[in-house]
Amino acid sequence: MPDALLLIAAVGLPFIGAIAAAILPTHARTAAAVLAGATALAELALVWAAYPTVAAGGILRHAAEWMPSLGLDFSLRMDGFAWLFAGLVSGVGALVVLYARYYMSADDPVPRFFAFLLAFMGSMMGVVLSGNLVQLAFFWELTSLFSFLLIGYWHHTAAARDGARMALTVTATGGLCLFAGVLILGHIVGSYDLDRVLASGDLIRSHQLYLPALVLILLGALTKSAQFPFHFWLPHAMAAPTPVSAYLHSATLVKAGVFLMARLWPVMSGTEEWFWIVGSAGLATLLLGAYVAIFQHDLKGLLAYSTISHLGLITLLLGLNSALAMVAAIFHIINHAAFKASLFMAVGIIDHETGTRDIRRLSGLNRFMPFTARLALVAAAAMAGVPLLNGFLSKEMFFAEALSAQASLTLLLDILPFAATVASAFSVAYSLRFIHGAFFGPDPVDLPRTPHEPPAWMRFPVEILVLGCIIIGVLPSASVGPYLDMAAHSALGSATPDYSLAVWHGFNLPLLMSFTALAAGIVLYLALQRHLRKGTEGPPLIRRLEGRRMFERTMVFLSWRLARSLEGVFGTRRLQPQLRLVVCAAILAAALAVYMRVPGPGNLMPADIDPVLALIWAIGAVCALGAARQAKFHRLAALILLGGTGLVVCITFVWFSAPDLALTQLLVEVVTTILLLLGLRWLPKRLDIPGSREVLTMARRVRDLSIAIAAGGGMAALAYSVMTRVPPEILAQHFLERAYAEGGGTNVVNVILVDFRGFDTLGEMTVLGVVALTAYALLRRFRPASDSVDVPEQQRDQSAYDKARPDRTEGDTVADWLLIPSVITRLLFPVIGVVALFLLLRGHDLPGGGFAAGLTASIAIILQYMVGGTQWAEASLRIRPMTWIAVGLLLATGTGMAAWAAGRPFLTSYFAYAEIPFIGDVPVASALIFDIGVFALVVGATVLMLIALAHQSVRGHRAVPRPAAAQAATTPAPVQVAQQIPAGED
Amino acid sequence: MEIIVALGIGVLTGSGVWLLLRPRTFQVIIGLSLLSYAVNLFIFSTGGLRTAAAPVLERGVPGDLAVQADPVPQALVLTAIVIGFATTALFLVLLLAARGLTGTDHVDGKEQQR
Repeated sequence: MPDALLLIAAVGLPFIGAIAAAILPTHARTAAAVLAGATALAELALVWAAYPTVAAGGILRHAAEWMPSLGLDFSLRMDGFAWLFAGLVSGVGALVVLYARYYMSADDPVPRFFAFLLAFMGSMMGVVLSGNLVQLAFFWELTSLFSFLLIGYWHHTAAARDGARMALTVTATGGLCLFAGVLILGHIVGSYDLDRVLASGDLIRSHQLYLPALVLILLGALTKSAQFPFHFWLPHAMAAPTPVSAYLHSATLVKAGVFLMARLWPVMSGTEEWFWIVGSAGLATLLLGAYVAIFQHDLKGLLAYSTISHLGLITLLLGLNSALAMVAAIFHIINHAAFKASLFMAVGIIDHETGTRDIRRLSGLNRFMPFTARLALVAAAAMAGVPLLNGFLSKEMFFAEALSAQASLTLLLDILPFAATVASAFSVAYSLRFIHGAFFGPDPVDLPRTPHEPPAWMRFPVEILVLGCIIIGVLPSASVGPYLDMAAHSALGSATPDYSLAVWHGFNLPLLMSFTALAAGIVLYLALQRHLRKGTEGPPLIRRLEGRRMFERTMVFLSWRLARSLEGVFGTRRLQPQLRLVVCAAILAAALAVYMRVPGPGNLMPADIDPVLALIWAIGAVCALGAARQAKFHRLAALILLGGTGLVVCITFVWFSAPDLALTQLLVEVVTTILLLLGLRWLPKRLDIPGSREVLTMARRVRDLSIAIAAGGGMAALAYSVMTRVPPEILAQHFLERAYAEGGGTNVVNVILVDFRGFDTLGEMTVLGVVALTAYALLRRFRPASDSVDVPEQQRDQSAYDKARPDRTEGDTVADWLLIPSVITRLLFPVIGVVALFLLLRGHDLPGGGFAAGLTASIAIILQYMVGGTQWAEASLRIRPMTWIAVGLLLATGTGMAAWAAGRPFLTSYFAYAEIPFIGDVPVASALIFDIGVFALVVGATVLMLIALAHQSVRGHRAVPRPAAAQAATTPAPVQVAQQIPAGED
Repeated sequence: MEIIVALGIGVLTGSGVWLLLRPRTFQVIIGLSLLSYAVNLFIFSTGGLRTAAAPVLERGVPGDLAVQADPVPQALVLTAIVIGFATTALFLVLLLAARGLTGTDHVDGKEQQR
């Protein structure tokens, strides 16, 4: 099998399996287990297939460029060290899947469990096989994410939710630190490629950024491996189903941290900083974890603290800056995975068969489940470091290293052998407690279930792992030797030391320490009997030092108190202060930007003032100020004045040679006015009640007025100084020269829109369509406020007249309203349509184009609504605004994609001269089709928004029952909105 | 001539900002419209104010900035006008929805507590 395929399959297969498992029916327990098991076995087979290459010292590689400019490749790489971990992940994974099939209850949604488990397996594979550090950090965070899902699998219990959240918070925060550290490391080396990084050890260690990179990366690794002071999340993660604990918290997730430290060991270790941070964290964790484990009453809690302690041991070994210690660390990683996974599974069996994991309630299970008891006994003995088992061997190596470690400061080194022996004695004590407490003693009383042996297949994974413990323990060099050798060589290269994996090294100091620890552990356990029987919670001396409580306090402070107080100080939920801030910030930013350039007017001579334009702008200014003044109490007046201002702007466009803009502005002015007019009826009546205004209100107004004057004055000054400078002309000249030659049009503005910058226009069209659909969707769901004005007096009179006459029915007179204008308007409909078509077709060469034409056509449609009413217009015209929008977008996008057929980039336009009889050469450009798309979209969007609003009035009438309307016609209707708010409260 | 347009832009901006800071949604809509006139004019004016410049090319003759008006700000403003209409419409719909939902036309959805 080619390397690339093998590596991609090794990372991708679990994810595919996860997706497949996720779509299985909720209770397909066996099917999901078979799927997961097959995936895990396939993984194992893939790993095994890679063995010949890595055993020969080779490295499997696969790299695919992703963002080469940033040094980001998708890169996979498997050397001996990664192979060992891949083997652990897939091998233990397969056993856990088998175990989980029997452990998980049929009532649980088991396929989801296996989906998470497989996805986690894939993430773990991604971590160990990544050949790129950024990619490693990505998979690292994925493992945090999936472990969160797995720990919180029983999300109906609070413990699972809290444990999962805590694990995610700690490990994902560590992951972010790791990411930052990786970025620094990549900066130092100049590449994120693992091969390059591993070849740059001296460069990294001597770089001035070494310490920040080291601290950040270690924060990632130590949180993941639950090292002191971040260890507290691991015991709470025990709320997970036991197979998860066996997999994540013995063999994989927590090992990712030590994996990373070992991976970067050749390039980052060997310094004082490494020794102090890693060594002391490891030592503290080793002692603390072992000590706390003795006093746990929950079997899983005991194993959790034991895991913390053993990870501390591995970390300490990595921190000793000695190649031999590194080999011992790798060895212990394997051994710990074997005995801890089997112990977790044994606890799971006990929990499953008795219904409890509390040592205080359990006893004498040896007689009920003898086979499980013996398996657990062997595994626990391996954990305690009893000779002829695997734990003994790595522990001996650890003792030897503790005795011979080198460092400039001797204090830590002096206490190291003692600390190692003490921790070892603790581990003997808790192993004893585990076995003695659960399996020996009198028969258990009052258990939730009657204990018995589990199904044979549930025990099978434990048997395999325990067999591994024994084989490694008895024949280390024949069993695990070659693999360990391969892993050590690939991690250390030529620096690999000579080491011996024999069971017997003669009578030496480490052996003495081992037996001292064994004896001391037994004595300690016996001495603690009385205290342990009392059954008090928590370890003596440090009971109050609970990591969890500190974590929760920190979280509450950060996410609640701090956030609240910051919001109280800096935040507001009111719009006006926010807008005021935005406007002030904009004014200040603009002033600063101007100040840093050269302020003042430019050197162009301003043109002479034309009195006509001055007069027009005097009107415009009055209109704008009037609109500002009237917008509160006289909305209609404000709207009319706004239209006046718009017209002045429109005239300005004409004046200064921009007919396209003027045309568009004029048309938009029409539709905007109609739009706002449609909305007026639902706004509350507001009367200007004269009276004295409060001082506070006046002060606010003065403040806002000064902001407005500052903004206006600033804009005027800015505009003036811009206009009196020579405009930048590079772009303009570029477009002017090419508009006809390359775009085939003489209206440069239109050519820019539909051709040169067609992609921008496509984006803007999309925005327009989205806005229209949003408006439509909002209006569909929303009920308008009741009308603010009553039916007009004229209509009331007419209805009353209809009612009084027997030959008329109510509404006849109203239906004749504006009869002549409406007939004219109906006749105008095709005329306006032709104008729109004209504007559209000539747009490429003369002022016009899709936008203007679309607006014109929509005005034609809206006019029909205005004169005929909604019902009439919809009965006589078939308008499908959403179809128009869709057609417009499809046409524009399709024109763009058609360029692909010719092998050109998206939206490349094409034009040619078509010879039409009697007319002559006519340029035909693909941009015209694009412009038709713009046209259709503008028609659809404008009409959709306007008629959505118009429909509200139909609905509003429908909301009022007809008899009530008839009654309203005869008697003066009560004014519906009495909401009169006194003036001057802005 | 430039001073007239500059002053006009200033008046439009000032009125727009004043209305933007008012508490009623309708005032804010009018303010935004005035502000968008000002901004459109400003962008347009960055190309220089030219009277009697040719807006379209002679067929077959490459354009020259000495004769033609600057098309780039015009193209920018043209789409801005249309998008401005769309946002005004969206804001109006939001205004009406908020008015129907909260019963007030205050920008915060509730009358200010004093």
